[in-house]
Amino acid sequence: MIRVANLHKSFRSQRVLKGVNLECASGKITTIVGTSGCGKTVLLKHLNRLLLPDKGEVFVDGVDITKLSQTELYEIRSKFGVLFQGAALLDSMTVFDNVAFPLREKTQTSESDIKKKVDERLEQVGLGRMGDKFPAELSGGMKKRAGLARALIMDPQVVLFDEPTTGLDPVLATSIHQLIARTQEAFGFTGVLVSHTIPQVFDISDYVAMLADGVIEEVSPPKAFRTSTNPVVQQFIQGKTEGPIQVL
Amino acid sequence: MISFLGRTGQFTLEQIAAMGRMFSFLVASIFFAFRPPAKIYLIIHHIKTIGVESLSVVALSGFFTGMVMGFQGYYSLRKFNAESWLGSATALGLLRELGPVLSAFMVTGRTGSAMAAELGTMRATEQIDALDSMAINPVKYLVTPRIIASLIAMPLLTAIFDVIGIFGSYLVGVSLLGVSSGSFFAGMEGAVVLHDVYSGFLKSLSFGLIITWICCYKGFHAPPMATGVSQATTESVVLSFVFILIWDYFLTSIML
Repeated sequence: MIRVANLHKSFRSQRVLKGVNLECASGKITTIVGTSGCGKTVLLKHLNRLLLPDKGEVFVDGVDITKLSQTELYEIRSKFGVLFQGAALLDSMTVFDNVAFPLREKTQTSESDIKKKVDERLEQVGLGRMGDKFPAELSGGMKKRAGLARALIMDPQVVLFDEPTTGLDPVLATSIHQLIARTQEAFGFTGVLVSHTIPQVFDISDYVAMLADGVIEEVSPPKAFRTSTNPVVQQFIQGKTEGPIQVL
Repeated sequence: MISFLGRTGQFTLEQIAAMGRMFSFLVASIFFAFRPPAKIYLIIHHIKTIGVESLSVVALSGFFTGMVMGFQGYYSLRKFNAESWLGSATALGLLRELGPVLSAFMVTGRTGSAMAAELGTMRATEQIDALDSMAINPVKYLVTPRIIASLIAMPLLTAIFDVIGIFGSYLVGVSLLGVSSGSFFAGMEGAVVLHDVYSGFLKSLSFGLIITWICCYKGFHAPPMATGVSQATTESVVLSFVFILIWDYFLTSIML
């Protein structure tokens, strides 16, 4: 389980997180929603300490990762898979090599076993025949799928998804959501997803957390989230410009 | 007045902090060179990028530098009836100074800028974060192999620059201006000692380190946007040139 306690983060004079408290249940998908630029990605990057907080703790299976040495941190990070917003595939490598990369760098797996496992993952994300392509030759949706295959290759316990459907058309976005739900069911990982594509994202989430003005306004199952009486949640769901969320 | 002093103080503190970050980046890069497993395939790849792919531009600049030295040396030495010293003057100038410095400039322009741009783009597209999130140290994976490769490639490139430069000077001096071939080489043999070769070797080695260190640092810490990458590339080239010249002065004053 991941638990965030009283997390604060500023960039120069801009305070982004102002005391975030959040729990992400094991084996479930928790989706963090909020307006663009509210700090969702910043919060996500604290969960495997890609960013270090100014104040507060992040517990992964009871261990405060903000206080770990780099060696200890890398042990914890081995439990994580991350799907970045732009997929972050290494552009000097083919799709196959990108997905095989963590296995080659972090394990002693033989090349034949690597090939078997990578082909299996690529097949699962619908990129069975794309292994020899370079990232520049892929569409946005294909890149996300390849990124997902790489995120899943080490059988992670936790997968972080940073806006996995941003920039995709609604059909492709739904297919990526379904892919996330399907792989979560197959692998049973804990998923933390950052998104603002509502209400589609509700279908695959076990819990939805609303981040606004640097704090978590509400965490609840999607059904309860939709009917929440919190004005911030309602303004966001209904996409209104008037309300407690300040719109420029 | 107080606000001016405050701004100056803040600027100074920021510069000191930036220098500290640069040095700790260098220390970390060197530290990982001694931590197994060594990334041999990456080192070979970067030797190809830094060394083999810079070969033509280094050879060409060496050839023309040598030819210019042939003309200028002949013009200057003729005033003292000492044209026969052309070989030694060219060889000493190239081995001790021009070879290491100019080949370092060429490598900075050809490869250093590309390093900064590549790492800057990797930062902007979250590829460096992706490495980090896969528990793969990005400094060990991206920077250390480049530093080792440049330490191997730079002295070799400098040696090639020197040899081709001497050949260029020979062509101009002997074939074009009529200096005796025997006196060209005899003067060189008499004047050049092993210390001159060591001096050039040490310079090229340290310049290789400076180029990779600065260009990788600038690329690695580039602001994640298009202008950030271009700014990092420009800064890496300018700063490398300045550092090379300053470090060259210190090394020359020590090893003269």
